[in-house]
Amino acid sequence: MSQTLLLVVILAAMALAFQLGRGRAIRTAGGPTGIKHLHSLPAYYGWYVAIWAGLPALLLLLAWIGLEERVITALLVQGLPAEMTQDLSEGRVGLLVNDIKNLATGGITSGDATPVVQAAAERYRRWTGIADAARWVLVLAVALAGLSVAWWRLAPDFRARNRVESTVLGILVLFSSIAILTTLGIVLSVLFESLRFFQRVPWTEFLFGTEWSPQIALRADQVGATGAFGAVPLFTGTLLISAIAMLIAVPIGLLSAVYLSEYASRRLRAWSKPTLEVLAGIPTVVYGFFAALTVAPFMRELGESMGLDVASESALAAGAVMGIMIIPFVSSLSDDVINAVPQSLRDGSYALGATQSETIRRVILPAALPGIVGGVLLAISRAIGETMIVVMAAGLAANLTANPLESVTTVTVQIVTLLTGDQEFDSAKTLAAFALGLTLFAVTLTLNVIALHIVRKYREQYE
Amino acid sequence: MNTTAEAIETSTANLKASDFDGDRTFEGTLGDITAAEARMECRQVNVWYDDNHAIREVSLDIGKHEVVSMIGPSGCGKSTFLRCLNRMNDTIPAAKVTGSIKLDGREVLDRGIDVVPLRAQVGMVFQKPNPFPKSVYENIAYGPRIHGLTNHREELDELVETSLKRAGLWEEVKDRLEQPGTGLSGGQQQRLCIARTIAVSPEVILMDEPCSALDPIATAVIEELIAELRQEYSIAIVTHSMQQAARVSQRTAYFHLGDLLEVGATGQIFEDPQHNLTRAYVTGRFG
Repeated sequence: MSQTLLLVVILAAMALAFQLGRGRAIRTAGGPTGIKHLHSLPAYYGWYVAIWAGLPALLLLLAWIGLEERVITALLVQGLPAEMTQDLSEGRVGLLVNDIKNLATGGITSGDATPVVQAAAERYRRWTGIADAARWVLVLAVALAGLSVAWWRLAPDFRARNRVESTVLGILVLFSSIAILTTLGIVLSVLFESLRFFQRVPWTEFLFGTEWSPQIALRADQVGATGAFGAVPLFTGTLLISAIAMLIAVPIGLLSAVYLSEYASRRLRAWSKPTLEVLAGIPTVVYGFFAALTVAPFMRELGESMGLDVASESALAAGAVMGIMIIPFVSSLSDDVINAVPQSLRDGSYALGATQSETIRRVILPAALPGIVGGVLLAISRAIGETMIVVMAAGLAANLTANPLESVTTVTVQIVTLLTGDQEFDSAKTLAAFALGLTLFAVTLTLNVIALHIVRKYREQYE
Repeated sequence: MNTTAEAIETSTANLKASDFDGDRTFEGTLGDITAAEARMECRQVNVWYDDNHAIREVSLDIGKHEVVSMIGPSGCGKSTFLRCLNRMNDTIPAAKVTGSIKLDGREVLDRGIDVVPLRAQVGMVFQKPNPFPKSVYENIAYGPRIHGLTNHREELDELVETSLKRAGLWEEVKDRLEQPGTGLSGGQQQRLCIARTIAVSPEVILMDEPCSALDPIATAVIEELIAELRQEYSIAIVTHSMQQAARVSQRTAYFHLGDLLEVGATGQIFEDPQHNLTRAYVTGRFG
């Protein structure tokens, strides 16, 4: 609450600083008629003063919020009698500190408070009080100091416009680095958890082992639950389903793109393209139950009528539905690259007496091929990472098979099953999810980088 | 003599391109539209793009062994007319062509005729060099392959070589036939496109501002090539450069806002044009 109020006060100070800076700039220039003697427009002087008043104070406030609790906690632990903390684990100390804080703020504590804890709580209350006051005083002092420094520096030839420009640049850099650092943080956290996993299970076993059964014995006397973390069946399962999906999506997507971009009349294209893109708007969860409840039983019956044994959660059903999901992806990317082939190449081919299909086959598709390959690679990486359809329609059994009629499981399905429900966060079973995630990330990242490289190289050729 | 020159001077001094718009006073093409030995005969050709009447009632012959140049301000319909000659306007859905265009006595605009052999007979070179993103060899071999002109590899090799030689490109590319055609210089690319057209042995070659994307030296090479090609082919060339029209062509046609105003021997068009607008254009008063 007091933070919010302080924030409002800083903003008010900025508004005031803006007015002051702007007013002073106009006054030093000799009134509104003298504005042409100023280096920048008066508002820039206002902004300059406002930035000086607000930015350092805000940064200080941020740093304070981040550090205050830690400093006080550290002081609190130090203030406790040594014999109380030295035997305790880190977690226990945390629990004790929590107790003290709860006591101080009037919350519920575990058990009765000893006099030592009560004294500590009293100290805690005092310190937070001091910290609150100090924060107010310091932040406001910094805001005021910034304001006065900037205010004194204002002069008609002061280049406020350029200063504001560099501040804007700094803010933009700050925000884009937040996006990048977040990504980096996610990758690193997955990486470190994976390393913990590989301390328990050797990476050779993980990458080359052919048996996947991530059950860990909870008690020593359990039978047959030693856990096996060979990821090969998961990756073959993923590849099988992705391959089936691409077998469906690439021909349909590519041919419909050729038809739409080369043959279809403008009117037909006007309504058929959005219709195709509706497919992309269907939530994957809907595709998932469509696969599980409609396609899978249909495949099974079809197989039975032909005397084939089709598992009720076959790779074929999941792959087919995933393929349908990816069609608009392939077709719209192919459509883009086919349209990017210059009309002059078509004219050149027609002028030599080629028919439309000869032109498409011999000139347009070869010219668009790198872009199409890039699009297909992007689609593959999408298929590999797809989760919802396979969770519903593919099985859980890690079969090492190339038969599309059998049930297989995928990396994403296993990650979901490993992490849903109650889990210990340091068991090999849970950590295996991070290792799978890391591998999946490496594969899709590689595919994306290759695909984007191809697409970009192709674009350069014609622009 | 002086007074007539002055009279012409004053009559064209204030002419603007727009003078001819709106109330049209066009009363037929001046000069002789026929050629000594006609390869193509166009009569009363009209083109509409949707409601826009792009060219009207154009009649013109293209003779054997001659270069006909078409000049005129932008948007006057000269490229549109050129694209009628091999029915390239078919690729524009909104275009509608009426009238009669005959190639060696056969009607070209007849819906029933097959445009595929027509376009092999009437080749086209475009404003911007547009080699296919294939090797130099494959660029030339493309046309012969789709028309099945050769039976085996040696024959095709020979055809590629003779086409490149005729286009004056052989010496420059004989060592890099397998390299991409898009890697050649602009002038070489344009000669590659001419060689590609020659490879399907056309009778007429249409050129739509073939030098407008090239530097003066490459332009001079192409102009020399056009002069040589005239021995075997009929050539119709659209150009914005009046010097080029004067250098390469035997006959010149002046188009203005969709009308063919005047046709004549190139020397006569540039030295003694009959129509005021032709005179104004060739003397550089507008355009």
